[in-house]
Amino acid sequence: MPQIFAYIAHKDGAAEDSALEMVAAAKKIDPDASVSAVVTGSGADLDKVCQDIAASYSEVLKVDNEVLSYPNAEIVRKALVNILPKGSIVLLPHDTFGMDLGPGLSIKNDSAFVADVVGFEGIDGNILKIVRQEYSGQVSTHVTCDISAGVVLNIRPGVFAADESKSAGGSVVDKSGDAGDLSVTRTFLEIVEAEAGDVDITKSDVLVSIGRGIEDEDNIEIAQELAEAMGADVSCSRPIVDSKWMEKSRQVGTSGQTVKPKVYLAMGISGSFQHLGGIKGSPYIIAVNKNSKAPIFQVADIGIITDILDFIPELTDAIKEL
Amino acid sequence: MEILVCVKRVPDTSENEIEVNSSGSDIERDDLVYSVNEWDNYAVEEAIQIVENAGSGSVTVVTIGDDESEEILRREMAMGANNGLLLSDDAFENSDGKGIATILKAAVDKGNYDLILTGAQAEGGAAQVGGMLAAMLDLPYASLVNKIDIGDSKLKVGREIEGGNQEMNDISMPCVLSIQTGINEPRYVGIRGIRKVASVDIPVMSASDLGIDASAVGEAGAKVKRVDYFVPDLGDGAEMLEGSTEEIIGKLIELLKANGGL
Repeated sequence: MPQIFAYIAHKDGAAEDSALEMVAAAKKIDPDASVSAVVTGSGADLDKVCQDIAASYSEVLKVDNEVLSYPNAEIVRKALVNILPKGSIVLLPHDTFGMDLGPGLSIKNDSAFVADVVGFEGIDGNILKIVRQEYSGQVSTHVTCDISAGVVLNIRPGVFAADESKSAGGSVVDKSGDAGDLSVTRTFLEIVEAEAGDVDITKSDVLVSIGRGIEDEDNIEIAQELAEAMGADVSCSRPIVDSKWMEKSRQVGTSGQTVKPKVYLAMGISGSFQHLGGIKGSPYIIAVNKNSKAPIFQVADIGIITDILDFIPELTDAIKEL
Repeated sequence: MEILVCVKRVPDTSENEIEVNSSGSDIERDDLVYSVNEWDNYAVEEAIQIVENAGSGSVTVVTIGDDESEEILRREMAMGANNGLLLSDDAFENSDGKGIATILKAAVDKGNYDLILTGAQAEGGAAQVGGMLAAMLDLPYASLVNKIDIGDSKLKVGREIEGGNQEMNDISMPCVLSIQTGINEPRYVGIRGIRKVASVDIPVMSASDLGIDASAVGEAGAKVKRVDYFVPDLGDGAEMLEGSTEEIIGKLIELLKANGGL
């Protein structure tokens, strides 16, 4: 069994949720695994993360370098290639950083790569059996992966319940001297914060949220009329913003806003994991979609299979008559 | 500026419900409508705009597949891409992500490109080929790019990160970028545009033309293999409201009232 390493994403001196989720994911690969953490960064924030995470990992490899103060995937990759033993299993979060790092790291490690892992179903010799999804979650797949030369596994955030046992009692090992050449061809400049919109949907109690099922910009009006009748605000999924039909500030999802309403009406939204990742606080979800296979029906409380373009105006009329 | 854009023919999920076939060996392929992968289409539009603004250079669209994949090359050429290139060989079938990147690398090596674009992901949701290709070529890479400003020998690119924020980077050329949806507004392709490129010759290259060892790609070279498709047992799921629209709306209003929605 190759050694398992988890990359710890962190910000402002605190490890992200994925840090403990990856302990759980590693135990699904091998319940007896002693899992190591790799933490890159600089200064006091890095030390604090390493100390916190040592309770959950048997060993914490620390790489301290000023150039790693912002996690630039190109630099992190160079450090990991130099520090991790050949043939390792490397776990990364499947987020915008993991997508930037994982594929290239697997090539440089000459190992296999599997993205967006949602489950493990055992290991047989060098063959790891993995569960993934395709078509935005409409179908699932079993995948086998030959890990004889190691593997980089990008783990979907939020799928593996965090391992809170904190009983590993690990020690921090400073690997900064082994990181090697960390020069770059891509330089981080700055973060441009998202612009605030006219309505702050993160504060809304009730959201009428529209997706691809709205079909045309002119149809957005019917969602606005429903929201008005309900005293709700209108939000949307990614394709609506991509089409420039609504402002980015109205987008719910990991690449948009994280909302926590009491009631969420998903109208013509299929429910990709990136969209669902932006809905917190367990709202009462009502999903209306003409596609009975839409993944939103797996997480919604109430489902209605119909065309929103017919359904929304009728619902609006009925509410107005109350 | 010479730009290569890697594209893929995929089932169009806005036109189809994707279902697992009865044996679980594949999705149900009968009556599927195919199109160019949405992310790739944004990448092609971006490439065309870069060349238009520069006033020089060309856009080449490349795909791996069979005669049917040639259709999407023509579609992207109707949009404004100058050249198409089809990489086709039985040995390419069932390649994993690394296999696909290996084939594309061989095609990149045959040309002289300043910029290589891919879509950020396709129907498999792996988001892997661009990053693998860049690492194989030893070129700089940025994923999920939603803004490109062209400089002299380098680019300023924005990456879409969590929370709707944008991470700005300088990146030297040549480089590989994976393009996120929403970076631009892809132009409409009409029937007339398609007709104009209907008879344009699209070169086809095989494994031997590309100098690829057949055992490094396809089923033979794949470390990652899809075993089957299945529909997971997800427990209860949503309570489905059924009946006439009037009945459904009546029930829904009661539920909305009970749960703070009205």
